[in-house]
Amino acid sequence: MTTTAPATARKPATMAQALTRALRDAMAEDPAVHVMGEDVGALGGVFRITDGLAKEFGEDRCTDTALAEAGILGTAVGMAMYGLRPVVEMQFDAFAYPAFEQLVSHVARMRNRTRGAVPMPLTIRIPYGGGIGGVEHHSDSSEAYYLATPGLHVVTPATVEDAYGLLRAAIASDDPVVFLEPKRLYWSKAEWSPDAPTPVAPLGRAEIRRRGSSATLITYGPSLPACMEAAEAGRAEGWDLEVVDLRSLVPFDDETVCASVRRTGRAVVVHEAGGFGGPGGEIAARITERCFHHLEAPVLRVTGFDIPYPPPMLERHHLPGVDRILDTVARLQWESDWTEGRGA
Amino acid sequence: MTVLEQPGSSRNKSSLAGPPPAWRPRVDPAPLLPDEEPYRVLGTDAAARLESGLLTRLYAQLVRGRRYNAQATALTRQGRLAVYPSSTGQEACEVAAALALEERDWLFPSYRDTLAAVARGLDPVQALTLLRGDWHCGYDPHEHRIAPLCTPLATQLPHAVGLAHAARLKGDEVVALAMVGDGGTSEGDFHEALNFAALWQAPVVFLVQNNGFAISVPLAKQTAAPSLAHKAVGYGMPGRLVDGNDAPAMHEVLGEAVQRARRGGGPTLVEAVTYRIEAHTNADDATRYRTDAEVETWRAHDPIALLEHELAGRGLLTDEFVATTRESAEQLAADLRERMHADPVLNPMDLFTHVFAEQTGQLRAQAAQLRAELDAEAAGHPEDAAGTAPAEEARP
Repeated sequence: MTTTAPATARKPATMAQALTRALRDAMAEDPAVHVMGEDVGALGGVFRITDGLAKEFGEDRCTDTALAEAGILGTAVGMAMYGLRPVVEMQFDAFAYPAFEQLVSHVARMRNRTRGAVPMPLTIRIPYGGGIGGVEHHSDSSEAYYLATPGLHVVTPATVEDAYGLLRAAIASDDPVVFLEPKRLYWSKAEWSPDAPTPVAPLGRAEIRRRGSSATLITYGPSLPACMEAAEAGRAEGWDLEVVDLRSLVPFDDETVCASVRRTGRAVVVHEAGGFGGPGGEIAARITERCFHHLEAPVLRVTGFDIPYPPPMLERHHLPGVDRILDTVARLQWESDWTEGRGA
Repeated sequence: MTVLEQPGSSRNKSSLAGPPPAWRPRVDPAPLLPDEEPYRVLGTDAAARLESGLLTRLYAQLVRGRRYNAQATALTRQGRLAVYPSSTGQEACEVAAALALEERDWLFPSYRDTLAAVARGLDPVQALTLLRGDWHCGYDPHEHRIAPLCTPLATQLPHAVGLAHAARLKGDEVVALAMVGDGGTSEGDFHEALNFAALWQAPVVFLVQNNGFAISVPLAKQTAAPSLAHKAVGYGMPGRLVDGNDAPAMHEVLGEAVQRARRGGGPTLVEAVTYRIEAHTNADDATRYRTDAEVETWRAHDPIALLEHELAGRGLLTDEFVATTRESAEQLAADLRERMHADPVLNPMDLFTHVFAEQTGQLRAQAAQLRAELDAEAAGHPEDAAGTAPAEEARP
């Protein structure tokens, strides 16, 4: 990604630090922004994303709530009705399920139900996905539930810079945003310029992370590093893979995805969530509907298995890795390729 | 062998054998407990201190409310309302809830509480929009400070808490009154809302109308608590048990709770003991789960009749007063009937307008598809609209 900041201002930062900075800047800019959740106060959250906010802005702005996710989100709805802009932290993906009714029945529908009179400018931050050795209920990829709910935006960063930019954009949005934080990337580092960070606008634009011509890997959040690695490794196989980071599942950037697939003629969707009923099915269908005559092969998927998230000792077999991605790329009917300059 | 004597336990037993750290209850539960009997004013000595003006005002509202309930039920038979959950028999609760609030306050009604919204000044046609089968709640909640009618039970209670809390953070002396039924108290959101309200000392009044049934299930199958009002103690807030058919008692208790909340005294749980005279809705058959005899005992404790008895004793129930009151109620019903018989103007394109503040490309494409179908339908050849999907590139 490009930046106008001088190179000297850039230094290594983690995704967690960028998220904290985004919350802090949003709170400093807009007194309506309130952070609330379990352990977000003195502790700074179990992942320390809200570190220092209660101290800087006071407990009324960064509030340790009772341990009740439906209550947290339900009261946030009421706060939004009164003009506040709550940023809710759900401690882990699977601990957000008690709040599901509030999310589906009210957060997602209040604006529509009131013909725009009662908007829901809420951001619901949810650490999600596996790969951190978490015991049961700490590693779910729950995005399919959210993207199947009309009225919600579903956003997920994969880079340090996006963690800041997308979170700022989510908080600034007048629509409710389910902000999925890939917890295994919390400690990923990148050169970042914390002195001149910028929000991403508008939400819903995918980003091409690697240019290529052989096939397009379409991914988001926690699976981006595996895709980038696969793309590098793919060079040895003679593949020049393009990698698209969706950044936002809702709204979905058909244009960027389809332009890429039309260029490469082949596509693989990669995500941790299960395949059946997962985002990949929708993405594959959208590509097929729009790019059929450009496709050299069916759109394939590399996903988690359709099983309850496996325990830490076995999770590596579940997560889409470089080998599985490249094995799938190999199945993209290269033998039928008639286009010069493409394929192995 | 005690735990301390087990192998591996500390040798320094004396340091582990001390008394437990001091414990005391976090609040004194005694003042939070509800009365043993539902609080009543009518028929007691306390009735003498009631102002006649309040009684006539309550009476007029109750009579209007009863007529409104009858008219709305009739509209379901005429196909003008998709469904109507009647509050017949519960008018004292509905009216008292509305009158307890000031203009700046907020009401959070459930689907059975359109009467409270109407008593607060909302146009009945707007109040019934959702039950008519339209796609939106019918009114701007900010205009009357009435939240949209809430259908998933008890889920609007945390909204009331959050709104009241936000108002308090902003320094506004706004109170929220949230309404729920006896069945709704079993929902998790009831528990979480009361817990948050008490923790935050939010200016909220929770009004539980215990009308005996959650559709068909009686209270005995909802709770083993001494009363629903007793639940308040577990949250550290006062519980009040009131005769929900005694309009002045309801008015007094809710008024006190609202004032207490406004003064910074925190939330109150009020259980109004009342009875759902009609079936759950027009689609329900109450004869399957309760006896006529039971209904009759409650008809004998009717909120309007109770008030009439008091008014008659004061010589206020004159023919003229009764006639004026009835006329006002008939006007309300006639107006409602007439306006509900006009078909609402619906624009299917509105279904897409307010889903998001910023429309997504996906919805823009789908709206275009519906637009094409509507245009083709209007032109008399709907088959022309076929094949417009999938839409072209969606740019968010």
